[in-house]
Amino acid sequence: MTPLVEIENLHVTFRGERTVHAVNGVSVSLAPGEVLGILGESGSGKSVTLKTLLRLLPERRTVITGALSVDGQDVLALEGLELANFRGGIASMIFQDPGLAFDPVYTIGDQISEAVMRHMGGTKAGAMIRARELLERVRIPSPERRLKAYPHELSGGMRQRAMIALALAGKPKLLLADEPTTALDATVQIQILLLLRQLQREFDMGMLFVTHDIGVAVEVCDRIAIMYAGQIVETGTVRDLIRDPRHPYTRGLLAANLHGAVKGMRLDAIPGAPPALNEAPTACPFAPRCASAIEVCSKTLPENADLGGGRRVRCHLASG
Amino acid sequence: MHPAAHPHPDELKALAEKSRAVKLLPNADRGGPATPLLSVTGLTKHFPLARGAVVRAVDGVDFTVKKGETLGVVGESGCGKSTTARLIMQLLDQDAGEMLFDGELVGGLELPLKEYRRQAQMVFQDSYASLNPRMTIEASVAFGPQVHGLSKNNAITRARDLLAKVGLDPARFAGRYPHELSGGQRQRVNIARALALSPRLLILDESVSALDKSVEAQVLNLLLDLREAFDLTYVFISHDLNVVRFMSDRVMVMYLGEIVEIGPVETLYAAPAHPYTRALLAAMPSMDPDRRTEEAPLAGDPPNPINPPPGCRFHPRCPFAEALCCAVRPELSPVGEDGRQVACHINTPGARHSKAPPALEIIP
Repeated sequence: MTPLVEIENLHVTFRGERTVHAVNGVSVSLAPGEVLGILGESGSGKSVTLKTLLRLLPERRTVITGALSVDGQDVLALEGLELANFRGGIASMIFQDPGLAFDPVYTIGDQISEAVMRHMGGTKAGAMIRARELLERVRIPSPERRLKAYPHELSGGMRQRAMIALALAGKPKLLLADEPTTALDATVQIQILLLLRQLQREFDMGMLFVTHDIGVAVEVCDRIAIMYAGQIVETGTVRDLIRDPRHPYTRGLLAANLHGAVKGMRLDAIPGAPPALNEAPTACPFAPRCASAIEVCSKTLPENADLGGGRRVRCHLASG
Repeated sequence: MHPAAHPHPDELKALAEKSRAVKLLPNADRGGPATPLLSVTGLTKHFPLARGAVVRAVDGVDFTVKKGETLGVVGESGCGKSTTARLIMQLLDQDAGEMLFDGELVGGLELPLKEYRRQAQMVFQDSYASLNPRMTIEASVAFGPQVHGLSKNNAITRARDLLAKVGLDPARFAGRYPHELSGGQRQRVNIARALALSPRLLILDESVSALDKSVEAQVLNLLLDLREAFDLTYVFISHDLNVVRFMSDRVMVMYLGEIVEIGPVETLYAAPAHPYTRALLAAMPSMDPDRRTEEAPLAGDPPNPINPPPGCRFHPRCPFAEALCCAVRPELSPVGEDGRQVACHINTPGARHSKAPPALEIIP
């Protein structure tokens, strides 16, 4: 089966007052209908990877190398109308803060129907009917009334549902989710996660789900990729990764998530802070914080070792 | 020394001993070990809005914080946990209710506010907004002790001492400005500043929530070590139920300005008695790929604390709500053996709720 998303050795560098090597050699693929979680801390390059897939990064200041294809299209070669059709038609994104993603001066109905007309054609009246259906699909109560509401009139959870409806307007094959539940309360977060899981199945979409919360990733993902300093350090199925983490950073993250922590005992915390990424890493970027680092770790960049069963680890110790 | 490592617990204890020896402020226990450090009764804060609407942010809460314990406070946005923190700190004036600190009335003759604020300090969520951007971190930490009468030199010495205790080498960090530090380092500065007046009570309002997971774990370790070294009592507010479980001895669950349940952390997490506590705990992501959550425990968003529903405030979302719940506000009352208190008619013997246990018979 041809993958829906294929990323080959992606590098993203921001130029400006100072250079930031945000993504340093990411290779990953996503099968149609699969959910891949990208897990990492701030500055690990997870959101940048996602935005690159929609070409949302400022063109003049960003240097992108590597190969990037979604549904057979070379994303980096898209221009003009092709790019506009791609955004929303093939791949669509939901953001962390729905309050910022909606235009505050148009109603929810106007904004969703605009997207429907743009991608599906048809009349305004027809698009409004479709918008109403979409609001029903994301289980917004009294959708007729919500169509006429402005974004500020909805609660946080409702706004996030409306944004998911907007993202689905062009029937995309790929849904990109950038921390969609981080700003929500616990009881609302679980509702949105369950909704995304269900819609992903109903619409048979592939989904890339960026989060910093392992628990959230476990709830929605089939596979997880752990990012650190612009690299994927470990990939595997959710089960393998949670039960048998191989990379020391993954182990540290699980401990920091209080996975199996004993109350009152000091946590097995990773010391230090992530590197600044002013330069592209030439050795294992985690080595300075790693308790099991050996000499080679601070000298050469570890290879991506394939452990079989879809498990890949970027660590000198794992490749043995 | 690594910037984000802090001294070993034993070292920290020695440092704490040393600083007590040159203590500038009284830190003595006054009421005896059995007196709660903080005892809150009927605490109420309403914010009036236009057109007669009122936000009932905190509506008559009673609780105590024992000496040396950590009281976790959980709840969703709008439940009043941050307002409660600000009331405890007296950053807001309460509309009703009073607080006893170690048996003395806060703001009364024995314990005027300025005196109280030496003993209770707070660390906020936004580490950057809570520091003055035009002061070096050393000056920020030294500011409080100077206000309370310490000479500038002594205050600076004390500040450097504290920065070392929270894991920031003064030789490298003392002269820096807040924007020159990472989020985790800034939060360490805020903790050092809170400790500068040798407080006995520390209120941590989402203090680790903005930090990355690996940094959060470091700061949690620091808080555990400081609590031991300085004999501190924490009120630990967080929306992260895992972190609260790890840090707290007892937990208080709030909903729309009221306490719905309070009790020891282990038994409360194992067997929540209030339907809202149950829903809140069930909403936690499972961390087990084979036992994913299949159904959301609650529908809809937490309601607005403006004009909350009558009776039990949770009744519109509660699967067990009956006529009684819509009309009568349940009192927070003791349940079981573990010192738990719950505000739910189901747990009140003899209440006119079909699930309530029968009234206790008084045997003559």
